[in-house]
Amino acid sequence: MKYLILIYSNPRSRAVWEELSEVQRVEFGRGHGAFREELAASGELVASEGLADPSLAKRVSVREGRTLTSDGPFAEVKEHLAGFYLIECQSQERAVELAARVPDAFYNEVEVRPVMDVRPWLEL
Amino acid sequence: MSVVSAPTRVEELLRELAPRVLGVLVRRYGGFDTCEDAVQEALLGAATQWPAEGVPANPTGWLITVASRRRTELWRNETARRRREETAAAMAPPEPELAPAVDDTLTLLLLCCHPSLTPPSQVALTLRAVGGLTTAEIARAFLVPEATVAQRISRAKQRIRASGAEFAMPTRAERSERMVAVLQVLYLIFNEGYTASSGPALQRVELTAEAIRLTRQLRERLPEDGEVAGLLALMLLTDARRPARTRADGGLVPLAEQDRGRWDASAIAEGVGLITQTLASAPIGPYQLQAAIAAVHDEAARFEDTDWQQILGLYDLLATVAPGPMVTLNRIVAVAMVHGPQAGLEQLAAAEADPALAGHHRVDAVRAHLLDLAGDRDAARAHYRLAARRTLSIPEQRYLESRAAQLTNPGS
Repeated sequence: MKYLILIYSNPRSRAVWEELSEVQRVEFGRGHGAFREELAASGELVASEGLADPSLAKRVSVREGRTLTSDGPFAEVKEHLAGFYLIECQSQERAVELAARVPDAFYNEVEVRPVMDVRPWLEL
Repeated sequence: MSVVSAPTRVEELLRELAPRVLGVLVRRYGGFDTCEDAVQEALLGAATQWPAEGVPANPTGWLITVASRRRTELWRNETARRRREETAAAMAPPEPELAPAVDDTLTLLLLCCHPSLTPPSQVALTLRAVGGLTTAEIARAFLVPEATVAQRISRAKQRIRASGAEFAMPTRAERSERMVAVLQVLYLIFNEGYTASSGPALQRVELTAEAIRLTRQLRERLPEDGEVAGLLALMLLTDARRPARTRADGGLVPLAEQDRGRWDASAIAEGVGLITQTLASAPIGPYQLQAAIAAVHDEAARFEDTDWQQILGLYDLLATVAPGPMVTLNRIVAVAMVHGPQAGLEQLAAAEADPALAGHHRVDAVRAHLLDLAGDRDAARAHYRLAARRTLSIPEQRYLESRAAQLTNPGS
């Protein structure tokens, strides 16, 4: 089963980040690096990225065959996606266990969502 | 034979030879993990060389020679790092053999399905070491990056080494225990391959065919094992319905609505023959019972002809031998077909007390189906919608939504 661990940036997480010391911030970064390496070593990592600031986002839509883009910053949103881990593991319990190791879980919270499968079920 | 089919013949030959060559190497040198890497490289070499230059007169001997050389190189690199001396015996190039004296496929399967490994690792290692697939092929089949599969395989081999497991046939008592894992891995591979015909199917190794091939090989080694025969029959009888199971747009067709003329009659005949013969001679087991249920479905010319009484009897047995949440639900559908939807709904309400079923989308789907049979269209629609929201399978979601939509527009 694949699961996506979503890391959000919101007023609470930003407030906590402001409070962290330089040493704590370095620890936080190392924590992500170590977690990623551990996931890769166990064969459970599918993909993982941190996302650039939402002010750098472009919104894309297609209308009547024409591609329209608009640049940020967009209307005030309190919360945005800051990064993710796409993992494949045995069970939801294991996914939660892994999510609890994401450094952000210690300061804020992270979300675990099952990924939809292209496979149908097997009927008997 | 056309040019196009030549690579396929080479691939088939390589997959057939892979476990034999690996068996010879491990017997000769020990060290399963290095030997497995060496065989994989020899197979890759053959896969590029043979289609262009032709298959050598003794393909097994060619693979053994190339893999042995590669193993020596790998071993040297490793030992150089560890500053160890290599013995002259291990250095000597091996004499090519016509055919290995011992058949190692079963021993290999048991090693790859070692209990110290997680199921995804067992699956990946089995497909590579016994099935002769490349890491890239396995990755494509499972829709994960190649690095992920490579890591699962190398980790699995580390674990095998750490556990001290040996390339040897386990004792009879241990073997029967380990066979449970082997059959589970083969069934997992089959289920993974039982996909919709959409997506990058052309590039994907046919996992159902691979699972059937490996289970056939296993049956050749263990013809007396009723559960091996049962699993093979189950795969054949399930796979036989595949042509009728998906629409052109990838949508699912339920059993009741499948065009049975498109079922694979020869696979059904083989599966039915196999399970009939096995049920009469071997101690009963869960795979045999599931195969028997599949056989009853496959033998009905029309859905209305299905012998639900017999299916219910088989589910009663299965619920005793190997109870589980999905057995409970499938049995309830059979209860409804024999005793009416109300009886099924009552049992469903009781079954929901099981924590494994509470809140499960399949409970909602079965309830919707039974409510529909009972004529309560509004409640059926609501439960189909709920099930659609909760499922994790895209084709299943589309199917459940279409059921709900049909109940919204009478006459459609």
